[in-house]
Amino acid sequence: MSKQQPAQFTNPETPGYVGFANLPNQVHRKSVKKGFEFTLMVVGESGLGKSTLINSLFLTDLYPERIIPGAADKIERTVQIEASTVEIEERGVKLRLTVVDTPGYGDAINCRDCFKTIIAYIDEQFERYLHDESGLNRRHIIDNRVHCCFYFISPFGHGLKPLDVEFMKAIHNKVNIVPVIAKADTLSLKERERLKKRILDEIEEHGIKIYHLPDAESDEDEDFKEQTRLLKASIPFCVVGSNQLIEAKGKKVRGRLYPWGVVEVENPEHNDFLKLRTMLITHMQDLQEVTQDLHYENFRSERLKRGGRKIEDEEVNKDQILLEKEAELRRMQEMIARMQAQMQMQMQSGEGDSSAVHGHHV
Amino acid sequence: MSELVPEPRQKPVVPMKPMGINASLLGYIGIDTIIEQMRKKTMKTGFDFNIMVVGQSGLGKSTLVNTLFKSQVSRKSSGWNREEKIPKTVEIKAIGHVIEEGGVKMKLTVIDTPGFGDQINNENCWEPIEKYINEQYEKFLKEEVNIARKKRIPDTRVHCCLYFISPTGHSLRPLDLEFMKHLSKVVNIIPVIAKADTMTLEEKTEFKQRVRKELEVNGIEFYPQKEFDEDLEDKTENDKIRQESMPFAVVGSDKEYQVNGKRVLGRKTPWGIIEVENLSHCEFALLRDFVIRTHLQDLKEVTHNIHYETYRAKRLNDNGGLPPMTVETEENHESNL
Repeated sequence: MSKQQPAQFTNPETPGYVGFANLPNQVHRKSVKKGFEFTLMVVGESGLGKSTLINSLFLTDLYPERIIPGAADKIERTVQIEASTVEIEERGVKLRLTVVDTPGYGDAINCRDCFKTIIAYIDEQFERYLHDESGLNRRHIIDNRVHCCFYFISPFGHGLKPLDVEFMKAIHNKVNIVPVIAKADTLSLKERERLKKRILDEIEEHGIKIYHLPDAESDEDEDFKEQTRLLKASIPFCVVGSNQLIEAKGKKVRGRLYPWGVVEVENPEHNDFLKLRTMLITHMQDLQEVTQDLHYENFRSERLKRGGRKIEDEEVNKDQILLEKEAELRRMQEMIARMQAQMQMQMQSGEGDSSAVHGHHV
Repeated sequence: MSELVPEPRQKPVVPMKPMGINASLLGYIGIDTIIEQMRKKTMKTGFDFNIMVVGQSGLGKSTLVNTLFKSQVSRKSSGWNREEKIPKTVEIKAIGHVIEEGGVKMKLTVIDTPGFGDQINNENCWEPIEKYINEQYEKFLKEEVNIARKKRIPDTRVHCCLYFISPTGHSLRPLDLEFMKHLSKVVNIIPVIAKADTMTLEEKTEFKQRVRKELEVNGIEFYPQKEFDEDLEDKTENDKIRQESMPFAVVGSDKEYQVNGKRVLGRKTPWGIIEVENLSHCEFALLRDFVIRTHLQDLKEVTHNIHYETYRAKRLNDNGGLPPMTVETEENHESNL
């Protein structure tokens, strides 16, 4: 092929058009066929509206046969992990959504061990992915890693509780945290602003790293930039969840009916539900990317530094333990030998000189 | 008060017994003026009322107390900074005010318990509270047992404890159960569902039923206790309150808004104004009537006649039936107990 300027490649349709601009469409079609996977974890005390919010977000009923335990039952319960998967399809796009619930969190009188189970679960998913990735057959790796964690803050408090701070500090390097204030219909607008500001201040004060929406690129259109700006300004989101249809102003809306008025779930003046949903949908890809590029890589480097796979770790440990035990045995034997020798000396000198008192330092 | 001695000239047909028989009076004596005399005395001396509020931070305890007594009597109003951090242990803060209405003076003390239930490990967080209550009984006992005692013993005993339940809509929390189990034996507990504007009517009724059932199943006797109902009238009235209204689902507010031309206490939201004293919105008015207008004196009496007596009997028993201390002079308040 002779040396030619790229602009001189001709195409019967358009001069200078190669056609790789069609690549995103191909990727798009492939992804649509493959479907998307997303794992969302919800953490928060009982009764903060987590299940209702999830049902409202995805317009489905994830917990059809739910029994709410009484307080006496909760005393003995430890934190459990319950994962429910649901396949949602919209306009040909398939989403395999897994919601990981953590019942029992924050219920006990002593919540010190509350988050051990949760952290173990997150690590386990990373571990499994690492193992699959390092395996021989990498064709069908199932991604069960937690992509996003909605942390529910109680709207009744004055900010973050000690438990909230401790938990978020423990997982902010492992998963994307999105703080959410549910049951926001309990707060007036001024109280909401105050609470949001207070929470943001406390998050900064304790150095908690929550998920930050990426800034809009400079070449995006103004609407998108404005939307991103609005979303960023509303974190943490104050939401109200409901799947009940209420009649308000002549039309049926999802909301909650009170004697003094109707709270509409999808009304941006009433709560940030739409913003939360927009954020989740438009940034699903980004959440997955950050999980892969940041949290998973963190985990991976930590694990590999510690000595590779779990099996190798155990072997290394076993060798060390064996060596230590042998050293200890030797020391004990030496000590016994010394004691025996001293006793011998004592007996001999005792026979020879019965009246003398010997002070021996053992 | 001396007993009524029958006048010699009035010979009843049936022999007089000390009480029980209704003697018919031949004229107006004026016995019923005793009520008026008592009333005047009470108005002059005034009376004490000590109310304790317990619950997690942010449940609206201080606001509710301010709303109950329609004045700034709680910790929130007396210089407490809202930006304050949650204390690491449970603290007991008592603030006293004198409020007056219709010539009657009331020395109201609000005892707040910041830090309750807010830590990661809340084991035994009710112990400082139990200790405080018992200390007040001890103080009163010491005064009572004094040889030269004051005419009117200052009453710092806790007459009423409002326990704030978080409106989760599910059930009680283990901490709620533990607290009420331990403290219902030493003080009158009135459970209250805080921030009730978070629940719709159906959720409210369901939640209340569930809470009532849980309290019953766990044997928690909240005020008004069944065993202290004196007569049938009390019983029916209290039964109705126990089985239908309690625990009261309340909303508190110290801000006023204009609704239908009237100024009412309420909370303003984008979808409506919640009126605190409107019975269709919340049960604040019921709580207020219950605690202040109908059962205030009863709360004090149950505290004095039952809880305090239980404490006193236990202390004397532990001491072998003897009073806990003997004093020669009024100044000597130290003793080995």
